[in-house]
Amino acid sequence: MKLDENARYLESHEWARKEGDEIVIGISDYAQQTLTDIVYVELPDIDDEIVKDEPFIVVESVKAASDVIAPMSGVVVAVNEALEDAPEVVNEDPFGDGWMIRIEPSNPDEWGDLLTPAAYKKVVEEEEAAH
Amino acid sequence: MNEPVIYELSAPGREGVKLPHLDVPASDLPTELLREELPLPEVSEIDVVRHFLRLSQQNYAIDKGMYPLGSCTMKFNPKINEVTARLPGFTSIHPLQYTNTAQGALYLMYTVQEYLKEVGGFAGVTVQPAAGAQGELAGVLMMHKYHLDRGDTQRDTILVPDSAHGTNPATTSMSGLRVVQIPSDARGNVDLDALQSQICERVVGLMITNPNTLGLFEEQIEAVVKMIHDCGGLVYGDGANMNALMGVMRPGDVGIDVMHFNLHKTFSTPHGGGGPGCGPVGVAEHLVDYLPGPVVTIDLQLSEEDAPFFNFYQPAKSIGPLTGFWGHFGILVRAYTYMRMLGAEGMKEAAEHAVLNANYLRSQVKDVYKVSHDRLCKHEFVAEGHFDAAPDVRALDIAKRLIDHGVHPPTNYFPLIVPEALMIEPTETESKQSIDNYAAILRAIATEATDNPELLHAAPHNTPVRRLDEVSAARDPILRYQHA
Repeated sequence: MKLDENARYLESHEWARKEGDEIVIGISDYAQQTLTDIVYVELPDIDDEIVKDEPFIVVESVKAASDVIAPMSGVVVAVNEALEDAPEVVNEDPFGDGWMIRIEPSNPDEWGDLLTPAAYKKVVEEEEAAH
Repeated sequence: MNEPVIYELSAPGREGVKLPHLDVPASDLPTELLREELPLPEVSEIDVVRHFLRLSQQNYAIDKGMYPLGSCTMKFNPKINEVTARLPGFTSIHPLQYTNTAQGALYLMYTVQEYLKEVGGFAGVTVQPAAGAQGELAGVLMMHKYHLDRGDTQRDTILVPDSAHGTNPATTSMSGLRVVQIPSDARGNVDLDALQSQICERVVGLMITNPNTLGLFEEQIEAVVKMIHDCGGLVYGDGANMNALMGVMRPGDVGIDVMHFNLHKTFSTPHGGGGPGCGPVGVAEHLVDYLPGPVVTIDLQLSEEDAPFFNFYQPAKSIGPLTGFWGHFGILVRAYTYMRMLGAEGMKEAAEHAVLNANYLRSQVKDVYKVSHDRLCKHEFVAEGHFDAAPDVRALDIAKRLIDHGVHPPTNYFPLIVPEALMIEPTETESKQSIDNYAAILRAIATEATDNPELLHAAPHNTPVRRLDEVSAARDPILRYQHA
């Protein structure tokens, strides 16, 4: 399982990364592995408001449709339109070209609530062990 | 062998039907409606018959073998249902004829309503919704309107356990309401602490599937209902798994306010292509006026000895009609027939056998397949389709390999809360021999998984087409037939 050391995580397998004043959001390598082949990503619109801990994107794989939960609150300033035609990029490069949206955070302090890579790694290991 | 599509069987000038002589004045279509080219296949009657017979022989159906799709309740549909549904008195009536000339049909609809009220423990039932999903929509719209009518306008949230049917959150979104998911506890019940933390004055209600999608009876259903009622919310029961309860437990008796029935699951009407759906909705007293109509009522009965006169009636605060005319009447004839053939005792026995069969099959495979929440189940159980000794084998491989063994796979990858889920529902209509056979196949596949995993990865081997490329089909779907 790959991890992005610069990102912070949610237990529900989303990541957030600081880039300047903005936050880039996607799903983790473990999430894409578990979902298997992703066939569709339903992205929000630019200027949409997203709220921490609430679903804001739906990802569909051949296995399941799954909500993506917002790691932080804010206003969407960019979406990765390339995913509309090539959702498989999320499988191939979840932390890079497979990013989903970029937001301007409304409460930058929420960053502190997110899991560090080490803490997230532990969550995944516990989840694996439970099965 | 691959059957060509009917367009590929077409030969110019071949025809299957000769139209009779015109016995009314001819009238030309307006030229703007005429098309130069109408790409319809030209085939004779025998071409059509053979084509569709061959397709039907390649199909798999409950009439061919066991079909244990969890949550779908693929029970056998008795053939007598088709006999009664084809009686000329039912097939020859017109939806616009006067109700005093269709009293038999109205009597049947009324009786189905009454039977479902009894089975579910409800004060009112509508048989209008065209399917379970529409029944759900009706239920949630009624719940919301009930709050709004009392001036309770701040409620905008439906709580949905993560063991609920996938349609429940979809229905909530369709109704314009907010979904909040409630996790399950270690025994597979709704986590009461998590539920408590979401209780507030924004709650329209809870949608609960009982037995849930793990096949488990919600052990704390009364506590769950009380928590929702105490905050002013209502409880929607998803009746999709009613096959496990009919005649044994009545959802209305534990305080469920609204519930839909799936006639194709519980009452043996056809699934999918066999006919339209029907998702009747039952409600407690305080919601009777909100039912989507028309419902059938007794308009007039002079004395107990006199035959009642039935009529259609739109409830006072109804959320409005959901289907054209009077709903899917032919399906009600089939469900009525099923209920009459079984009787009250028979319906109870059917539920008991559904539960017995599921527990028997679970006991026959659980040493080989990990079973989620290993306790007595109801009509279905969820096994995990993965083995420590064969890490590359997944539930999908097992499902495809089952096809090679001549049986239908179970539901897979649902519920989402169980990894590599195989959701298995044998139903009451399978014999011990047929369940033993299925168990033996599942066990054989578990052995194949470790001895020869490639056999599973490449399955199915014995079908007209091999493993389909579901990923490309979903990413780049071709939705119209294209001439080669």
